[in-house]
Formats: sequence, structure tokens, C-alpha cells
Amino acid sequence: MADQQTIHLHVNGQAHTGNVAPRTHLIDWIREDLGLKGSHLGCEHGVCGACTVMVDGRIVRGCLTLAVQTDGCEVLTVEGLGALEPARALQQAFVRHNALQCGFCTAGMLMAALELVQNKPYATRAEVREWMSGNYCRCTGYHAIVDAVCEVLAQQMPEPAKGAA
Amino acid sequence: MKSPEFDYVKVRTLEQAIALLHANGDEARILAGGQSLLAALNMRLSEPSLLIDIGGLSVLRAIAVHGAFLRIGALATHTDIENSSLVAQHAPLLSLAVGRIAHRAIRNAGTFGGSIANADPAAEWPCCLLALDGWVLVRGPAGERRIAAADFFTGLYTTALADDEILLACDLPLAQRDDWFGFDELARRSGDYAICGLAVALRFSGSVVQSAHLSWLGLASTPLRSRRTEALLAGQPLDAATLQGVTDALLAELDPIADLTHTGATKRHLATVLARRLLEQALATRQGLQPGMH
Amino acid sequence: MSKVMESQPAALHDLSSDPRYIGHSPERPSARRLVQGQGCYVDDIRLPRMAHVVYWRSPVAHCRITRINAEFARRMPGVLLVADGEDLAKICKPWVATLGHLANMKSAPQYPLARGRAHWQGEPVVAVVAESRVQAEDALQYLQVEWEPLPAVADMETALDPETPLIHPELGDNLCFQRNLDTGGVDAAFAAADHVLKTTFEFGRHTGVTLEPRCQIADWASAEQRLTVYHSQQAPHMMQDLYARQFGIAESQVRVICKDVGGSFGIKVHAYPDDFATVALSMMLGRPVKFVADRLESFTSDIHARHHRVHARIAVKQDGEILAFDMDDLTGIGPFSMFPRTSAIEGNQVVNLVGGPYKHQQYRAQLKVVFQNKTPTCQYRGVGHPIACAVTEALVDQAARAIGMDPLEIRRRNVIPDDAYPCSGISGVKFESLSHQACLARLENLMDYHALRAEQEALRKKGIYRGIGIAALIELTNPSAAFYGVGGARIASQDGATARLDPNGGVTVMVSVGEQGQGTEAIYTQIAADAVGVDMAQVRVVTGDTEVTPYGGGTWASRGAGIGGEAVLLAGEALRANMRKLAAVILQREAQTLDIHRGSVVDSASREPLCSVAEIGRIAYFRSDLLPRDFTPELSVTRHYAQRDYPFIFTNGVQASYVEVDPDTGFVKLLRHWAVEDCGRVINPRLVDEQIRGAIVQGIGGALLEECLYDAQGLMLNANMADYLVPMCAEMPDIEVAHVETPTRSSKLGAKGAGEAGTAGAPAAVMNAINDALAPFAVSVTSQPLTPQKILQALGKV
Repeated sequence: MADQQTIHLHVNGQAHTGNVAPRTHLIDWIREDLGLKGSHLGCEHGVCGACTVMVDGRIVRGCLTLAVQTDGCEVLTVEGLGALEPARALQQAFVRHNALQCGFCTAGMLMAALELVQNKPYATRAEVREWMSGNYCRCTGYHAIVDAVCEVLAQQMPEPAKGAA
Repeated sequence: MKSPEFDYVKVRTLEQAIALLHANGDEARILAGGQSLLAALNMRLSEPSLLIDIGGLSVLRAIAVHGAFLRIGALATHTDIENSSLVAQHAPLLSLAVGRIAHRAIRNAGTFGGSIANADPAAEWPCCLLALDGWVLVRGPAGERRIAAADFFTGLYTTALADDEILLACDLPLAQRDDWFGFDELARRSGDYAICGLAVALRFSGSVVQSAHLSWLGLASTPLRSRRTEALLAGQPLDAATLQGVTDALLAELDPIADLTHTGATKRHLATVLARRLLEQALATRQGLQPGMH
Repeated sequence: MSKVMESQPAALHDLSSDPRYIGHSPERPSARRLVQGQGCYVDDIRLPRMAHVVYWRSPVAHCRITRINAEFARRMPGVLLVADGEDLAKICKPWVATLGHLANMKSAPQYPLARGRAHWQGEPVVAVVAESRVQAEDALQYLQVEWEPLPAVADMETALDPETPLIHPELGDNLCFQRNLDTGGVDAAFAAADHVLKTTFEFGRHTGVTLEPRCQIADWASAEQRLTVYHSQQAPHMMQDLYARQFGIAESQVRVICKDVGGSFGIKVHAYPDDFATVALSMMLGRPVKFVADRLESFTSDIHARHHRVHARIAVKQDGEILAFDMDDLTGIGPFSMFPRTSAIEGNQVVNLVGGPYKHQQYRAQLKVVFQNKTPTCQYRGVGHPIACAVTEALVDQAARAIGMDPLEIRRRNVIPDDAYPCSGISGVKFESLSHQACLARLENLMDYHALRAEQEALRKKGIYRGIGIAALIELTNPSAAFYGVGGARIASQDGATARLDPNGGVTVMVSVGEQGQGTEAIYTQIAADAVGVDMAQVRVVTGDTEVTPYGGGTWASRGAGIGGEAVLLAGEALRANMRKLAAVILQREAQTLDIHRGSVVDSASREPLCSVAEIGRIAYFRSDLLPRDFTPELSVTRHYAQRDYPFIFTNGVQASYVEVDPDTGFVKLLRHWAVEDCGRVINPRLVDEQIRGAIVQGIGGALLEECLYDAQGLMLNANMADYLVPMCAEMPDIEVAHVETPTRSSKLGAKGAGEAGTAGAPAAVMNAINDALAPFAVSVTSQPLTPQKILQALGKV
């Protein structure tokens, strides 16, 4: 029986202490120990993206991250997005464009989109498609998701660039 | 599935990691980015009894110039490489390839050293290392050694690393002024393991190709260099006749392994297409640099 | 049919005196909570004393189980129970999945866990139940199962050969179902043709890959003798009925609750052996038991679909008239027909639908549905339509090429004209009112067809090969009881809605059709708000609970808008009428001088507000002393609706795909996609368009990427998310959608279904586009998925 490990980290800005078995995935600790059910499990082999969360400002697969690896880290989940711009703008754009149907992929999509708008503010539509292709959606066919992300990118553009002659 | 049970140690020093590896042999695995290891554990394909987490050894994350080489630390993530101006300047082949590795969430966690040590024949970094004739720096209980890329990848997921050695970094020869690099791969979906891929490193002397390295991924149980075809290119100008010669040579030299959906013949054909397209790009670039040449 | 059918299409008229929501695209009420991570999916639910089950599944296609040793598994930490097929057979009856109206259909009895013999790789054989999921998985590794391999039937082409072993000897052969249809003059039509085009089409077996895997929590409360099942499912009443019957308990002892469902597409409308097994285990333990399919196990335990080989021919005259279609369809299913909707429906629909849009008078079809030792198959979004449409539309394109006619033109000449309805298609399907001609015209403009042809021509000269593919389609929606009920299946084709005015003026609507993301709850909110006369924000829709909603059929065959929506409309209108009667009594006026308008009781002529609906609610519920002795307010009204005018209400549409094929690599780039769809009255344009887009991409998956690959021993080779390729964002095109609206007269709402048409037409459009791109090379590809290798092989490059 492996020894439990103690971890100290922040999740959505709140400090937490956990006592975890080393093999516990971050996504399972978030869902089961913290009760934050917004991030989901879709494959447990790192491909579908449903479990995507942010650790220290970078998206990672919650199923390919051990909770013990996040000792001392800042974790952001979908439940923490409402307190941040441009995350809130993304949530609102997703609702406006109906960029979600069943909602199961949505948390992961929002996470991936957040890192995009933070790091590639001039991404073209094709680049948005490329970036978002790490997250599987079976319901939407992706068009509305791409529309929503592009809308937020356009909203973020500094004023002079928008009207450039 | 959930992972099987294992013991876990987050080491504070390299020596601690090596000692644990030595003591536990095959039962222990190094945890760096974990993007390959944890996926295998989640499928219960592998059941090590101990994971040695080296993620805290920040000295292994450095990317820096060391003499004639760019040294990439084992823990440099793919995203670190994507963001590195040193890599863009001194090992531009890697900058060309990095965007093809999986997806952002994987790139943020996965490491250069992990990819080299895992030795997946369809992965980008082993292919690039081989293209550049880089070196792998490892340390074990007996000390450090440097292993040439050509000697490092010995079989499917198998390397020259001993069970109790850790990969520290890779040295890549610095790019020179007359070098040209190209990378391309064919995958049905962006980010998938490619059907086949090619890393090209050419060194020009005027309009003549002084040396050519053609390094392939996805064709065999390891990355491989098509050395007979390279020999054909060496000392030749890059023109239509040479390019046709390259296609013919590759058809004779390459004997790719089939995958679930592609026969060896298909892969061989696709390989010639990749080679032609990249070399045509190289030609166009050289013509751009030296107007009047054809 | 009891009504006199008129020949003019119905007009779209307003459904209420203040139509604010129907026909518009207000935001979906549930979208806000979902973007905040506030969904409630089955795996989010934790019940007290809940245990977890994992299943040992057959690792091979066919084997005899000789010994199960659970001794070590039982000793593992947290293990509560290990059970096998014999244990479960004591409390759960087996089933046979056939339908009476599919004559000659046969299948063998199936048990929740295999008994003595496992018949496909993935069939559940042993259940391990533990306190936690990870403990159950750990214990599974210590379960020892000994088995002897048996010969596997893994090739549908030889399934009926005399040398091929019988999967079920008592059935006499490996034939599940066959059907032959012949209009009688087919050979004469082919003899009279100027051109006969003949092709063999292949469609790869594939599967749904819902992002949320199949899952349920079965909770048998032994003190109460009540079963509650939280299920990620599309048809809760169907499951309620099946649980009651298979376990020999009363319907009233069973409650099925469907909360948020993470994608279904038909995968979750069937009754799986592990559904019954999980319930049985809860009964045996007296504790709730949760089952969540692991992704790897999903690939061999979710139903598969769409494995067909079709030999087909088209007969055409030089002037473009299509004379006949002739086709021979072989489809390979699993070792059992799937319960309860059967595995013969998909092939049966291919027979019904080939040639569907066209007015030819001769048709011959042969269908054989054969058993194999592979994962069972059943209805998956589109159900036979993608195959029928691809076969039809490819042959039409080939005919056009042979006579030198433009592909749009040949379709214009041959579609059933828009003024011909009602009429029947030559396969016997009955059409109320379709609009093929209007849709073709709309598509031509929408995609700027002639500009694209010019672009294609110009680029060909530069060695860039683009193609345009058109696909006309028909799609069955709003089914009557002719689909399942007449065959003996207890699957409701009617649905109900209860609309209730609450004391504070809110309106609660409980509906028997549920939500899996398509927006059912949203459109019911819109319909109810318009029907009753209140703001959408005042309406709350409740679905997915057999204890709460009226009895109904649930989600399948694109029936949610047309059938559930009609029930909501009727209930809403009836509630409004009762509210007017109540207001009349309270205000001492005639009911016809009053109306409900935006949450107030108003004068119907002037719209002057007289009092709020909350006020009449207050009086009705709390001040019955103020009402006359002979008047009782009825503020909770239930209405049911079944579509009984036609076997199905067919819709029609047309799609186009624009692609670029790289002849050196065989890679296909999807440049753009268009769909013109006639689904009758569109309740929420944005939601319908998004359904169509999602359905199109799902169809593209089957056309280009998805296939369950099997070896000769019946083992699936790519049962994981890395090797089974689903469409991801980068490769998918932008998709433009437009509508023609020909409402159905079979309901007041006039809405037809829209959920599956995208999947029906997309593979055909893409295949036709690829072959149009390859036309200069005089080669074509007709085996889906259309992989780069197949294209290279057709081109002779490999």
C-alpha cells in the first residue's frame, strides 16, 4: 500500500491541503476530493481533452497529471473562470454562439480557448482551428466554437488595430 | 482506467534519482512530463512499483549555448522549446517541428528528454536529433557519458540508456550560416502521430549541397537516416535531376513498416513526396538567396 | 389516413397572438450553467453507500468460458461482490431482440452476463463490484477466467457460406433478416436505358464515441422494493418498462432519471447487457451501484453501426431521365440483434431510402443482415440514411458524368416535383410535402455554384484538383407507431406535456422528451412561453424523470421538436384557455374578452393589463373561498400527441461539399460545406443550424476517418482514441446552413425533425466531391472511410 502524500496548492485562488495516493490523477482529485465536477473524464489517455485544466497558467490534461505533481501549484478549473477576464468573455461568447450542446467538452474547450486568447491574440481563424483541435466535441461540429473564440479575439484587439487603414 | 498502484518519490537531487534507479532497476520509472508514461499506466500496460519524479530538478530545464552546441535540458517542455529564441536561432529545425507535436496541453507538460528517452519512432524529437547528429548526455552511477544520436535509438522504444542512467540533456550542433532546415510530416489529423515525417538538414557550399541529412519518423522501429540517398546528394547541386535521383534512391532504400491503415508501399510513396517537397523548398530558398541560380 | 390531403403546401402561420420566441434564437436556458461547469452528469452523482462495478469482458471474438476463479479477486481490498452469468440469470430474464413487423427476423436469447459462451470481444462475462472504482479495477486483474477459443465468424461476405460455423446452431444459419423489394419492371428499365452505371460501395463499421461514456447508477432500495436508475439515456420510459419486465417487478416500482447527458446520438437509446447487469448487482447488494464505461471498453461495448457492402446500379437515358435503381445490400451485425430496437432496422431503412428523392418508377432491392462475432450494431444517428444517400447520390453523379450533364441539372430533372405531394416514393415510403426543387435552387445561390465551377476549372489548369459534390436527401422524422409499436416493441411513439401555472405566476412544463444537448428544453421553453403568453424567463421545463413527466417515447428518429413540441404547444394552449376561464370568473367578465399577454391578464382587444397571472394564481391556490362553488380552476393541464397521419413525416434537404484533393498524397482538404434543409417550421434557427452542423461533421467522420478495424479473428485493432479517428477541429470546414420551411399539416406546430439530416447527406456530398476532384484522372473511390491510401491506390500511385 503506497504511502499517501500531502500536497498544498491553490485551486481557483483558494488554498487546499490534500492527502493523496500518488497514483491519483489531478482530475480525479479535483472531482472527487474537492467536489468540483465541472471538468470531465472522457478517455483517460490524454486524447479527448475533456479533463483539461490549467496548472500554473498552462493547460494540461488532468488525466495525465498526478495530483502529487501539483504540490505548490496554482490550479484553475472551469469553476474559477467567472472571476477572470478574458475567461468570462469566452463563457459569454460560447453562450451567445451556442458553442456547446451537451456541455461535456465545454470546460476543456474553455481552458484551451483561454490559453489561446492569452498567448496568441492575433490568431487567424485557421490558427484557432488548429489550436482547438486538441479538444474533442461530438455535438457542435466546431464551427460555433471557432466563431465564439474568434469573436473574443476580435473584442480584445486594441482599438487602433481594429480601424487600421 | 485508473493507474495501478505505485510508490512515489520526488527527488531533490540527480544523485538521489540515480541511486533509486540503480536500486530498483526495471521496477522504477522516471517521471518527467509523464505524457507517455501516465497514458501507459492509465491503460495498465505498464506496472512499475516506483515513480521517481525529477520534475523539481530545475537545472535540467535549461536551454543554453555550450561551446559549439545548443544544450537542451531534459526537462525543457515542448512549449519551452516553442518559445525559445535560442532554439529559433541555433536549432531552427526544432522550431519548425515543435508545432506538430500533439496539442498544446501535451506540449505544456511533455519534455524533450522524455521524448528522446521514450524513443517512439513516430515522435518528432528523436527524428530531429538524428537529423542534426546530436548527442545525448546521460549520467549513471559510473558517471556521465555522451552517446551519439546514431547510436542512441536501438529499437522500438529502446535506447542505449542503461536501466540506472538518466538522460540529462542533448547537445545539438549550432546551426551555421549556410545551413538549411526543413521539417514536414503527413498526418490525417493535426497533432496525431504522423504516417511519416521528414527532417532535412542541408549544408550548402555555394549552390552545391555539401552534406545532406534526411531523417525519417514513422517508417521503422526507430527514427532512421536514409544514408544512401544522402550520399547521392552530397556534392551535388540541388536541381531537378538531383531531385529525381533522390526519389529513385528513396524508393530503393526505404522499406517502411506498415501501420494499421497504410501499407509499406504507401509510406514509401509518401516519403518520396515529402522529400521532393522539402527539397524543392530548399531549392527555392537558395535561389532566393542567390538570384540568377537555377 | 383519415384526413383529406390537400395538394398545396401548408403556410407558416403565427401560433399565438404574440409570437415572441418561436422562430427566433433566444439563448438556451441551460447554456449558462454548463459554461460554468454546473452540469450534473451521472458520474457527478454520489449516493450514500454507492459501489462501483467493472466488467470482465471477453478478450476474444468467440470462446467457451470453462472456469471462473474469483477467489483472489474477492480478497482484494474493497471488493463487495463478484458475480457471473449464472448468478444474474436467477434474477434477470434473457431477451430476444426481434420485431414482429420485420417478417423472418430472428435472433437468439441474450443474458446480461454471458453464460458459458462469450460471443463477441467485449461481451460482459463477470462483474466485480467494489467500494471504489479504482479498487474494482485493481481486483479485476486478479480475476482468473479460463476459456477455450471457438471459431469466429468475422467476415460478413462468408457468414452465410455452408462451411462457416453457426453462431447459434438452433437458428439454423447466420442470417438475422432479409428483405427483397421488386417493382416488377426493373429488368425492362435497365434494358431500355442508354447508360447503366454499376458500382460496389463499401461503408466501414464505425461507432458513436459520445464524449461522456455510457454510464448509470442503479439504486435498488430493498426496504421499499423500489429501483431508481440514474441513466445517461435517451428514452427513460422505455428503460423503465424494460427494467420492470426483465426483473419481474411492477412498472410503478421503477423510476428512471436522466439528467445531463454528455452526447448520445442513438448510442444511448439501446438497452445494453451491462445496463441490466448493473441493476441486478444493485439488487443483489442492496446498495447503489455505479457503472461508467471506460473509454477502451466503450469501443467494444457501445453499439457499432453502418457496416455495409452495396452492389448497385442506375439506369439512365441520354436526356437525363433516371429509370431505375437496383441494389444488393449486405450488412454485418453482431452475434445478437440489439435490444429492443433490433439490428435489422438500419438495413431495412437502406432498402426504403435508396433513390428516395427521385421520381423513377422501377426499383429492386435485396438486403441480407448477417450475424458475426463482433460488437452488436444498432441505430446510430442517421440509421441507414448515410448509406442510402451515398449510394444514390454517387450513382446519380456517375449517370450525370456518363451523359455529360451537370450534376445539379440531372437532379433538377429527376427529383419529385414540389407540387406532386402528397405522394409515395417507389420503395413505398409516403411523402406529405417535400421541397427538393426549392432546396436545389436555394443551394445553387447559397454556394454560388457557377463561380465555384469556374474556380475549379481555373485551378485544374494549375494542377490543383478541387471537387464539388452534391447530395439530395430525404430523412424520416416524427415517426408514428409504424416504426416500433406495431412490431410489438413497447416503445412509445406518443409524448405528453403537463403545463402548470404555479402560485407565483411561473409556468412549469413537464415533458416526456428529454435533453441531450440538442436544445429540447430550450425550444419547449420557447413554445410554452408563446403558447401560454408569458416571458421565457417565467417558464421552467422539466424532463427526464419517469416519476414526474407524462409517459412518452423520448429522443430518437428526430422526433423531439415535432412530437414533444406539439404536446407542449397543446398543453400550453390548454393552460392559457383555463387561465382565461379563471380570470373571467375572478374579474367577472366573459373569457373571450380576456387574454394572457406577457405575464398579465389583459383585455383581449386593447391589451390593457388587468391583473398579473401571479394574482390569479394566488387566488386559485390560496383563496378558493373567493371562487364560485361550481367553479374549480384547472391550472395543471396535460396533453399528449402522436403523429398518426403518416408512417413518418419525411423531410428533405440538399448538401454540397467543396474539397481539394492532393493527388500526390491522397489527402483531402475540406474547404467548405453547405446545407439547405427543409424541416418544416423552425422553432429556434440557431439551434437547428447547430444540430445540422454537428450532424454533418459526424457524417464526415464516417466518410473520411472513422472505422472499427478488425483482424481475421474478430478482434478490434484500434479500440482507443488515438487509433480510432474522430473529427477534430482543424480538419473540419466552415458550414453554411439555410432553410426552406414547408410545415407539416400533421400538427399545429408544423415542425418536422432536423437532428439527423446532416449525417444523412454529408458522406454522400464529400464522396461526390472527392470523385469530382478526381474526375480528370478518370478514377473514383467508393469505399468509406475514403482514406489517402485508397485514393492513392485508385490513382495507381501505390
